[in-house]
Amino acid sequence: MPTRKEKAPEAPVLDFERPVVELQRKIATLKGRSRASSDLAREIRRIEERAEGLQRRIFSELSPWQKVQLARHPGRPYTLDYLARIIGDFRELHGDRSFADDSAMIGGIGYFEGIPVVVLGQQKGRKTKEKLARNLGMVKPEGYRKSMRLMQLAARFRHPVLCLLDTPGAFPGIDAEERGQAEAVAKSLEVMASLPVPIVSVVIGEGGSGGALAIGVADRVMMLENAVYSVISPEGCASILFRSDERKAEAAAAMKVTAPEILRLGVIDEIIPEAPGGAHRDFDATARNLAAAIRRALDELMPLSPQELKNRRYEKYRRMGAFVEAGGRDRLS
Amino acid sequence: MRDPNLAWYKRGKKEDDEPQSEKRSIPAGVFTKCPSCRQALLTADLHKNLDVCPSCDHHFAMATRDRIAVTMDEGSVVEFDHGVESMDPLGFRDSKRYSDRIKASRRSSGEVEALIALAGRIDGIEVEAGFFVFEFMGGSMGSVVGEKVTRVFERALERRVPALIFASSGGARMQEGILSLMQMAKTSAAIARLREAGVPYLSILLHPTTGGVAASFSMLGDLHIAEPRALIGFAGPRVIQNTIRQSLPPGFQRSEFLQAHGFVDMIVPRRDLKATIAHALRWLGAGPRAGQS
Repeated sequence: MPTRKEKAPEAPVLDFERPVVELQRKIATLKGRSRASSDLAREIRRIEERAEGLQRRIFSELSPWQKVQLARHPGRPYTLDYLARIIGDFRELHGDRSFADDSAMIGGIGYFEGIPVVVLGQQKGRKTKEKLARNLGMVKPEGYRKSMRLMQLAARFRHPVLCLLDTPGAFPGIDAEERGQAEAVAKSLEVMASLPVPIVSVVIGEGGSGGALAIGVADRVMMLENAVYSVISPEGCASILFRSDERKAEAAAAMKVTAPEILRLGVIDEIIPEAPGGAHRDFDATARNLAAAIRRALDELMPLSPQELKNRRYEKYRRMGAFVEAGGRDRLS
Repeated sequence: MRDPNLAWYKRGKKEDDEPQSEKRSIPAGVFTKCPSCRQALLTADLHKNLDVCPSCDHHFAMATRDRIAVTMDEGSVVEFDHGVESMDPLGFRDSKRYSDRIKASRRSSGEVEALIALAGRIDGIEVEAGFFVFEFMGGSMGSVVGEKVTRVFERALERRVPALIFASSGGARMQEGILSLMQMAKTSAAIARLREAGVPYLSILLHPTTGGVAASFSMLGDLHIAEPRALIGFAGPRVIQNTIRQSLPPGFQRSEFLQAHGFVDMIVPRRDLKATIAHALRWLGAGPRAGQS
């Protein structure tokens, strides 16, 4: 069942996580021994402090490429993991009323702390079978037409829209092109730009290009601490501009894909802290932080009139970009 | 392995066998060989025929300034936002610095950026228009292009005259990272306002229109008019091929394919483009009506 709250699965360990994870395993083994003496307790506390210090140091010095790896971490919470924790009475709604249902895009209705909302988000799969069914979170046109339909539903009944972004990108395939992937993404951008209700979007993992942005035009846009957001995948950028996909780490650094960099460029409003060691280490704690940020955003947005919302959203995106103008203003977003 | 360069005889390839993202160059030199019918054509004759092959109707790429000249009424054009320039917000560098790429593109294309914004008349009808310069970094959209496109729409809204974008672009400009992606949102938001106000917007799709430019304002026109056999799509053919690992059907992502699947209103040969645009603009209520002027 997709809405069941599952505990964090045993996740594979990334290279740079290993020292901390090994210490934590050691702690667990020591704790597992019965009848701890005070000496043992002291030893455990000592190792715990070491593990925490090490984790803080490693995570404060992560390279952009390491953040990309964290954002794609197979143990990372996905859209449904958060919905199970922050949305009450969630009911998934299916289909674009025209062609099909796309399970790479989750859409539904429920309550966020008592407020009726439409929730949308890309969903990657965790096991091979689900990955296939979810197309690795790569949405096809019918997925975007479903999300647009549900946004318009929210607009008709004056409820806010919450979007969780987590996709490598919109699906690049023959069928997607036949059904107008470009048109579907474009139309989503227009629909979001003129939606008369509050929209809050959060990049929870991979913010992959237009496929992510198609549910990312919002009044308040946030990123989880270790999420990334980019115009093209680091691999794609590397193969085109660096002429080798091996240079993806360089491409990730050059494109400025991490949350602090995106914040500095004026594209997001806020960074949401994750659990220590990354969202995958503690789903509940990260979901609590996410809920707190959404609550603050809705408190600010819900009193605004439809026209105020639309005007503010227009001005927000109108300012994005960096250019100089001869004889005029110099501007960085 | 046989070296293909040592072949005695090379079979002439038909266009459909070419890689889908074939580069369509602007005719130059005394003779130009048509990539479709293989005829050697006098470049001067080709130019006189709007850079369309007289024997097989292959549409060559057209220099942007030539396109403006054949589209806009003579003497009617005022250019805008010439002074809006890129500023390398990321300090981007691959094998070259982004700022150096810009300089090189300026030298080779003679233009300041990948979009020319102007106001003028088409068959007597006042319009605000943007012409992509594919010769400038593949017509890619960074902050400058996004800003200029948005201003075209905003001026059109303010003056209540139709907006036109002649798109020819590989998509978003990677060297400006996430700021390029946001230009898709910014330009589409401007379209939303045009649409609410009932100001017409025609999207003219030229070879090639892909990526972020296709997936924003280019697919949001009141009408979508494409030149024959233009490559139009979200993902580039090579990306699709690498993802699905199977060969692409002939004619995939061409204008005719898009029309067959319902995303292009009409395919119009270059020689009829101006008249078709003028007809559409009049029908949409712009300019003096036929018989009224």
